[in-house]
Amino acid sequence: MKDRAKLTLGPLLFNWPAQSVRDFYARVADEAPIDSVHLGEIVCPKRTPFLADVLADAAERLARAGKEVVWSTQALLADARDVRAARTLVQQTDGLVEANDVTAMAMLAGRPHVVGPTVNVYSELTLAWMARNGAVRVCLPPELPAQAIAALAERVPGIELELLAYGRMPLALSVRCYHARAHGLHKDGCQFVCADDSDGMPLETLDGEPFLAVNGIQTLSHAVVDLIPAVDTLLGAGVRRFRLSPHRVDMPAVATTWRDLLDGRIEAGDGRDRVARLTTFADVADGYVHGRAGATRIARADGLAQ
Amino acid sequence: MTLAALELVCPAGTPAALRAAVDAGADSVYLGFRDETNARNFPGLNFSRAELAEGIAYAERAGARVLVAINTYPRAGDPGPWLRAIDDAASLGAAALILADIGLLAHARDNHPGTRRHLSVQAAAANPQAIRFYASEFGVRRVVLPRVLTVTEIARVNAEIDVETEVFAFGGLCVMAEGRCLLSSYATGESPNMNGVCSPAGQVRYEEREGRLVSRLGDFTINMFDHGEAAGYPTLCKGRFKACGRASYLFEEPTSLDAIRMLPELARAGVTALKIEGRQRGRAYVTQVVSAFRRAVDALARGEPLPDPGLGTVAEGGRQTTGAYEKGWR
Repeated sequence: MKDRAKLTLGPLLFNWPAQSVRDFYARVADEAPIDSVHLGEIVCPKRTPFLADVLADAAERLARAGKEVVWSTQALLADARDVRAARTLVQQTDGLVEANDVTAMAMLAGRPHVVGPTVNVYSELTLAWMARNGAVRVCLPPELPAQAIAALAERVPGIELELLAYGRMPLALSVRCYHARAHGLHKDGCQFVCADDSDGMPLETLDGEPFLAVNGIQTLSHAVVDLIPAVDTLLGAGVRRFRLSPHRVDMPAVATTWRDLLDGRIEAGDGRDRVARLTTFADVADGYVHGRAGATRIARADGLAQ
Repeated sequence: MTLAALELVCPAGTPAALRAAVDAGADSVYLGFRDETNARNFPGLNFSRAELAEGIAYAERAGARVLVAINTYPRAGDPGPWLRAIDDAASLGAAALILADIGLLAHARDNHPGTRRHLSVQAAAANPQAIRFYASEFGVRRVVLPRVLTVTEIARVNAEIDVETEVFAFGGLCVMAEGRCLLSSYATGESPNMNGVCSPAGQVRYEEREGRLVSRLGDFTINMFDHGEAAGYPTLCKGRFKACGRASYLFEEPTSLDAIRMLPELARAGVTALKIEGRQRGRAYVTQVVSAFRRAVDALARGEPLPDPGLGTVAEGGRQTTGAYEKGWR
């Protein structure tokens, strides 16, 4: 492989108990062939107080294990407190920060940073602007087809393109907490019901088909994106990093599968089967990179459609 | 304290709707070109270049302005249609360009510095720091605020910025942060950001199933209706879904926004302009809603009580909400 593609572990999206978070990052540090790990609460600021110490310890441990630590800002900065928290994170972090909205991106102007998947970058005009603003790496919006990614990579060389390759896809943000609403509660008195669903609360259609997943103010896909069958296309398009989003599955095994695939130790078909076996809570999908509905699975079971 | 009269910004999906809006008292009319460069890229809607020129002339004769929305995100490798839309709108005399994409804002700033730039709601700039960034970096003069803020928060935002704000006062209600929502493309492959559509009509089907009417979007059931129940359009976030085994309108009921009774509060919060949603709606809707808002805005400016708007029948789904403007919504 000419230029070794890298693996990122995205920020934990869900409200896990502090001890689980601690154990999770300890295992990632010790066992996962991951290059970079994102830390930080990006969905709901009410969860942050329980995690501050855990994440600080995780950062140290991950760094000792040779991982690059990237701190991610909250995706929807809805009030002055949210903005202050983002500014504090930006000011207090020496290393890379990932901007998950335009506010944080503006705070990071002139300094090397990462742009996250909930910031809109669809064309080379905007990508080039971001590069001039200091972005060194951009995790693209999940709905971009491979063709668009190739056009971006060709026209704005020198910025590292990353794509969500495993995990539920982030689809929407609101000021309304749907987790609380589903339990008949108001956001201000949410009783942290989001902690009940370690991978998000499944949402079905009225005919019982899995559709979406709710994670507080965030709406995710029900299906887990799995881009293993499209890996050659994506490497050819210029994707240099694949992002794996934490779930309550054997994440080090998911990471190992990806590393094996990128290093040529396994075929895409084997990788796809391993990921499908590890992903116990949902089906997999890959429609977006093929320019189709995100919920669809294009790679067939009997072969790898491209 | 006296308040400046609120500017009434009205939708036009067709030249006929533009004339209706101007005749009913619109201060400004917003519209888009007939392609994917705007967020209402629906069949049979929008304006050719010639129609825009005629529309601008018609509006100007009545003292009104035309704002052109170029508020989707340009396609990678092919931003030409978006750049031409900006160049043509500016040269035809649009009073402002309504933009969301950073690359397009930079293009407009560099090539058409004399044309006002408004930040589209599709950029979802919801806090003073984000707004100040768009103002200082791209010379944005007005921001259309996302429908996620309470009136109290809008007042706080206005106190901290130097540019105008425009808020939605009537019509369709996005419950997600605008321009950051992929629900439509997840189900259909077509999104507001890339295609200018949400829950597109081409992927909507209605089926009869065991005596019930089922509305589908792409491969997904969005709602089911019993006989006699009013069946609405399957906009994804207004659908009925099951969580924890219970069916409900989890994201939002099939309601639309009506903030006409909140105009005094919005004016006191420092808002410059009121936006009426509905470029996809007909001329009759435009006439009725714009007239009602004209009367309300004029009454407010004269310090008189608001007249009864009588808009109950034109709201989408027939039900109305003040949405995020009141904190209880969350």
